[in-house]
Amino acid sequence: MARAFINVPDSARAGEVITVKVLIRHRMESGHRRDRVGAPIPRNIVHGFSAHYDGEEVFRMELFPGIAANPYLEFRTVATVSGELVCRWADDAGERYEQSVAITVQ
Amino acid sequence: MSAHRDERGARTPRARGISRRRWLATALGIAAAGAHAQGGTPAAPRALPERATAAIDALLAGRTAREGRVSLEIPRLAENGLSVPLTVSVQSPMTAVDHVRTVHIVAPVNPIPTVARLHFTPRSGEAFLSTRIRLADTQHVLAFAEMSDGSVWSGSAHVVVTLGGCLDPIL
Repeated sequence: MARAFINVPDSARAGEVITVKVLIRHRMESGHRRDRVGAPIPRNIVHGFSAHYDGEEVFRMELFPGIAANPYLEFRTVATVSGELVCRWADDAGERYEQSVAITVQ
Repeated sequence: MSAHRDERGARTPRARGISRRRWLATALGIAAAGAHAQGGTPAAPRALPERATAAIDALLAGRTAREGRVSLEIPRLAENGLSVPLTVSVQSPMTAVDHVRTVHIVAPVNPIPTVARLHFTPRSGEAFLSTRIRLADTQHVLAFAEMSDGSVWSGSAHVVVTLGGCLDPIL
């Protein structure tokens, strides 16, 4: 099961600013909630996200419990060459995720 | 409570009267907040919680934020504080010499005021993020942008939250 949906335009011109849309499946447990017997539910959120493309980090974000469950992130980048846009994120449970999408530059 | 119920356990008009009065107070509160948003100065919101001023002082680190260049798009009325769409963008040419480095998103009334920190480079093309955030209550959401020349700019938007994001149902 895909951990995230990542969407980029089908193709782009070199130098064009393109929109990247990322939807990550994650509970984003805030750490403020308690379960039915009153015990606190430990915090588990995606705390960091980064996007790498054409040998460089193009966008990075630190997330806090104020980001809604199943984080949706829409950001921009400059299309330079055809290649992979690599998204990486990590959560409090120590899980690290990586998912890529191909960008085609004409 | 039982005093306001009849034999069949149905709620009597008196019991309803109390909740109606309460409802009216809430409605007036929202109206007042709306009036504040229209005529007030968003840059100087009412007294912020201490944790929020601490968070803002920490990110400013002695610098002063000028108002402008940062725009926030958020619904004026959010029915569900668990997921409120928010778009932040900063006016900048995003060149190597003049670009946005970091944007801090702050929801002062939330238990943890810092909502996100965004890091941009000239390769970002545009200092832009659209996401969905949690809001505990009606408030001004703030954003601070640190530029490559060291200046800090700020923007804000008021949002009325009818159901706070902290009323998260138990599993």
